[in-house]
Amino acid sequence: MTAVSEQALIRLRSITKVYGEGRLAFQALKGVDLDIAQGDFVAIMGPSGSGKSTAMNTLGCLDRPTTGEYLFKGAHVESLTRDERALLRRQYFGFVFQGFHLLARTTALENVELPLLYRGEPTAKRHAAAKKALAAVGLTGWEHHTPAELSGGQQQRVAIARAIVTEPVVLLADEPTGNLDSQRSNEIMELLWRLNEEQGITVLMVTHEPDMAAYARRIVRFVDGRIDTDTVNPAPVVQAREQGLSRPTEAH
Amino acid sequence: MLLSSISLALRSIRRNILRSFLTILGIVIGVSAVITMVTLGNGATLAVQNQISGLGTNLLQVRPGQRMGPGTGGAPTFKDTYVDAIAQQIGGIYAVAAEGRATATVVAGGRNWSSSVIGSTNEWLKTGNWALATGREFTAEEIRAGSAVCIIGSTVKRELFASVDPLGQLMRVREFSCEIIGVLDSKGQGAFGNDQDDMVLVPLNTLQRRITGSKRINTLLVSMADGSEPERVKASLRQLLRELRKLADGDEDNFNILDTKQLADTLSGTTQVLTMLLGAVAGVSLLVGGIGIMNIMLVSVTERTREIGLRLAIGALEREVLLQFLIEAVVLAALGGLIGIALATMASVILAGVMDVPYVFNVSVNLLSFVFSAGIGVVFGYFPARRAARLDPIEALRHE
Repeated sequence: MTAVSEQALIRLRSITKVYGEGRLAFQALKGVDLDIAQGDFVAIMGPSGSGKSTAMNTLGCLDRPTTGEYLFKGAHVESLTRDERALLRRQYFGFVFQGFHLLARTTALENVELPLLYRGEPTAKRHAAAKKALAAVGLTGWEHHTPAELSGGQQQRVAIARAIVTEPVVLLADEPTGNLDSQRSNEIMELLWRLNEEQGITVLMVTHEPDMAAYARRIVRFVDGRIDTDTVNPAPVVQAREQGLSRPTEAH
Repeated sequence: MLLSSISLALRSIRRNILRSFLTILGIVIGVSAVITMVTLGNGATLAVQNQISGLGTNLLQVRPGQRMGPGTGGAPTFKDTYVDAIAQQIGGIYAVAAEGRATATVVAGGRNWSSSVIGSTNEWLKTGNWALATGREFTAEEIRAGSAVCIIGSTVKRELFASVDPLGQLMRVREFSCEIIGVLDSKGQGAFGNDQDDMVLVPLNTLQRRITGSKRINTLLVSMADGSEPERVKASLRQLLRELRKLADGDEDNFNILDTKQLADTLSGTTQVLTMLLGAVAGVSLLVGGIGIMNIMLVSVTERTREIGLRLAIGALEREVLLQFLIEAVVLAALGGLIGIALATMASVILAGVMDVPYVFNVSVNLLSFVFSAGIGVVFGYFPARRAARLDPIEALRHE
């Protein structure tokens, strides 16, 4: 691959996405160019219908763009088949959703083990990795609780543990704090920051809350299927606090 | 991959234990119905065969009249000279006996009992496969003279003597008393539900002189030797009887020959047809059980859409999801089959006891039911599994 593509972990070029056909066709993405470097923490914002969720699904290889190029680690992935994309996700991506999506009546440990089952890892290795991931999200001692026995914040932590148990390159979080109160939301954001800062996991997060976006290193704003603004956050919340700086006033 | 799919399927079944149970209920009932029906049917067939072979192996019953059944239709009865003629002139015969019957009240030790009194010879014991439990058979002198001696069945012994040894005791039969010289082994219920052990055997002459007062003989029992050809024996018996009864060439037979083997085949054939019929009806319920599995699996796929979406998002392949749901269906169905077999075994043993038929574990029907129920899992599980595997992960995740 070329030197240029090696610079960016993810490179989108002229990505469009059209849903439906003919007169009912709806263009969700109208030509998106985006480079994301390894280790970045990007918040994707924008009003509903702006294409941020479509962009997220495309970035996470859950969906295929209608036209355009997607280079992941320098390799073209825009035209992979369904199963090839599944294998790619299994290998490199971790997902966190607004609705947690934990399996009911299943312990935290088993929930976290799930991606490893699809990787065919042996039981002992699965247990060890899942315990480690739960410890990383601060849930040591909660391994054998089911989602019904956990608070919303704890459930999202389990979901994050499940996303990082495979040691992914990219963690995609779709409104991870959408179902949580502000205190729990801040805890989750601190956790994502630590994973990004300490483990070097690239984090892509969709959110509509400026408070949450303030944790990211970079904020990409979508409007009407295009990237409107793409700015570097001069003082991500945690970094700002640790450097003893005051929290930046909100720009919105 | 197969192993991890099995593990996923088992986890999923365990997670939804109540639904899993309800899913397999149809299969459980279907399998246990099929197996119970077939097992009991086979037991009934066996019981009929046992009872008929208890009448005597290769036994021919000859009665006056053209048709089977009571009454002679005006046809002359038999003479005791027929017995010697048959024994001497027809080959392939094991035993021949003339039989007379009467119903009489028998009294001993202050108790009385109504029983069937049979007049015949020692040959009668041979034709009926009877064995003596204690005592002896008649002597030639006793038979010739029509002595007051009798051999009793186990029911008569039980009713009149309880635990007392009846040998040498006197028993009153209508107006005369006879000495009990033997007790027969029990044979149990007969082919038509009658108690074969409820009988008293006396020499034919004794019956004719002291009870019926008539020389008429209504039944000849001819037991064929092992390996003889029944059709040939029957043909020559018929020919001989026609001669003895002086029938002209154009006359119809004024007697009928009943072959117990034929009777056994007819009756067991009937129960076998009934068994198949019941098995088929139960098979329909098994099929309905399969449709039940498909129904619940489809509901389950809809209900678990979000879960499937998650699995696909974290990198499950289409065939892994397909396999998971398919294995889930097969494991459920097979589990239902196993529970059904266990239930059927219990039900069969209990019902066989109640219905008084022998219980025989039928390997093939159990194996077949199990394989069939697993097959039902494959057939009816495939459609829901394919539907699950083809879901779009994004749509599925958004599903409420």
